[in-house]
Amino acid sequence: MRKDAHPARTAWLVIVGLLAVMLLLAGCGSSDDDTGGGGGEELPKLGKGEGQVNLISWAGYVEDEWSKPFEQKTGCKVNNKEAGTSDEMVELMRTGEYDGVSASGNASARLFEGGDVDPVNVDLVPNYATVFDDLKDQSYNTFEDKPFGIPHGRGANLLMWNEDEVKPGPTSWGVILDPKQAKKYKGKISVYDDPIYIADAAVYLKAHEPDLEIDNPYQLTEEQFNAAVDLLKEQRPMVGEYWSEAAKQIAAFANGDSTVGTTWQYQYFELLGEKEPVASSPASQGFVPDEGATGWSDTWMISSEAKNPNCMYMWMDWIIEPKVNAQVAEYFGEAPAQSLACKETAEADFCSKYHAEDPKFWDRVYYWETPLADCGEETESEDCVGYPDWVQAWTSIKG
Amino acid sequence: MTTEAVAGRRSAGRKLAGLFHGRPRLQTGTLLSGPLAWLVVVYLGSLAVLLVSAFWSVDPLSGELVQGFSFENFELLWQESVYGDVIGRTVLIAALATITDAILAFPIAFYMAKVANRRGKAILVVAILLPLWSSYLVKVLSWRTMLSNGGVINWALEPFGLSGPGYGLTAVWLVMSYLWLPYMILPIYAGLERIPNSLISASEDLGASPFTTFRRVILPLAFPAVVAGSIFTFSLTLGDYITPRLVSNDQFIGNVIFNNISTNLPLASALATVPIVVMIGYLLVARKLGAFEHV
Repeated sequence: MRKDAHPARTAWLVIVGLLAVMLLLAGCGSSDDDTGGGGGEELPKLGKGEGQVNLISWAGYVEDEWSKPFEQKTGCKVNNKEAGTSDEMVELMRTGEYDGVSASGNASARLFEGGDVDPVNVDLVPNYATVFDDLKDQSYNTFEDKPFGIPHGRGANLLMWNEDEVKPGPTSWGVILDPKQAKKYKGKISVYDDPIYIADAAVYLKAHEPDLEIDNPYQLTEEQFNAAVDLLKEQRPMVGEYWSEAAKQIAAFANGDSTVGTTWQYQYFELLGEKEPVASSPASQGFVPDEGATGWSDTWMISSEAKNPNCMYMWMDWIIEPKVNAQVAEYFGEAPAQSLACKETAEADFCSKYHAEDPKFWDRVYYWETPLADCGEETESEDCVGYPDWVQAWTSIKG
Repeated sequence: MTTEAVAGRRSAGRKLAGLFHGRPRLQTGTLLSGPLAWLVVVYLGSLAVLLVSAFWSVDPLSGELVQGFSFENFELLWQESVYGDVIGRTVLIAALATITDAILAFPIAFYMAKVANRRGKAILVVAILLPLWSSYLVKVLSWRTMLSNGGVINWALEPFGLSGPGYGLTAVWLVMSYLWLPYMILPIYAGLERIPNSLISASEDLGASPFTTFRRVILPLAFPAVVAGSIFTFSLTLGDYITPRLVSNDQFIGNVIFNNISTNLPLASALATVPIVVMIGYLLVARKLGAFEHV
């Protein structure tokens, strides 16, 4: 080593230099990239397909059974990327690499606010006309009076249990949310690992603590929000597993590590297919416990940076084509968005089983929404708790 | 013409060689510029960009990044007790896994370095390296299966009326200790190998008991190697987030970063500085203990 070299001093110089650059960058950070809300231009006229379309979707939404015929018909090759949470979908959409996404309500508003999606010209989507009316013009798919997407289908999150272990079959979320009842299944309870699960506690409190006057489980005042968070903190020691990958939950139910918890249709049918002794709220209850349930109403949205807008429009029309929408709905286990799909289902009474044509039923299903701080109250003190605080609270709940 | 061209090329090469002749700084500089550029731009640069965003914030409505300068993320880390709990838990398990590995590794490494014959040594080295050939994820997932309710651990303990730890912090400690053990054995083995046998004989000749020999001759000489190994086990545990996710419900620093990275990147970045600070502190202590003296 050379005599005049001072490794320690050099190292410090590098570190100090880097720090200086860092601070400089942070200080000069421009705030002029104000993208504002969405509201780009809608496509005026459908052109020729670009040859491919890049999609982000929930597991089970884009399958060969209906994407291969689409490719043959339109010549648009389908490149699909599955995402596990709404947060992941928003992040992927912001890369600008995708043409569209099957967004749930807790992603759509954020995508609109971030300017990541464009309004949809529904005249170019002929099948839109016969979509169920109670799915059009909703707060999660329509912004500034313009439709920002095509409804895909809807459903409720499930309460699932192991028939051998949990007797009698529960009819209320209390089995996992009421501390007294949940104690019986300590260490065996399975819970969705996402801040949006706080809304499940709010749905339960809405039914059992009328004094809190909860109306919309996604628009909670500070007091209501804290009550829901406290309930989940009490639940925490009883939880066996927080899941966010479907496969992880399937394995836990299959080998007996979990016996009761919240799930999606996908895992439930997968476990039934493996002949596991699982059960869910019966069809007569609409698969929903007494209190109602959180759920989703998904929307296909088009990216404001879409490189293949024509193919994306063709996809949006394809996915609500009566036959295809019936196929998708039956594959996943959800109510179709297309009213004509009910005539095309393989199972004759599928639509009535899933309450597709029964708007009243959906009053008890609270579709995922983005919790916004501004929930339309007049004074600031009546403001709601915004999504960043939900994320923060979720970290605190898990401890 | 051809000869001229060759001569011209040769002279160009010679000119270049002449440029470097007698200029050691230029020689080293050219040699190191590639790797250094990689280190500074790609490695430290991306790290710096990540840390810069720790001072940014997030628009509450759209969740988009707002560039600007504030300490609010660090204040949040300080104020909310949950982050302190998470950091404490992570450091605790990292320390426990390190101590466990050191205790397990030392006898194995000693046997390899001083007792085993060449054949036995080769077999042991292969046995220790073998787990490193399989995927990290496969190892953690097999632990998940072993620790599960109907898994092999519960099955083996059942005849004795016991049951396994199940998923939880104990499971994380077990799996971490298992995963990083080779990274502890190999440095200690290398360190012990360097101790001349004559020193041990001399100690015995002077009447020291085996324990005294270990305490006053072997341990002080091998200690830097133990510290070197502990840097691996400690830092690897500190940064891991998949193991806690698969065999427990407890959040580690990595899990909280992972959960925030899509909704609140600045907070995730602020949290990412914590392991860096912890590791700098650890390395300073390690240097005091002489871990880098023979490197």
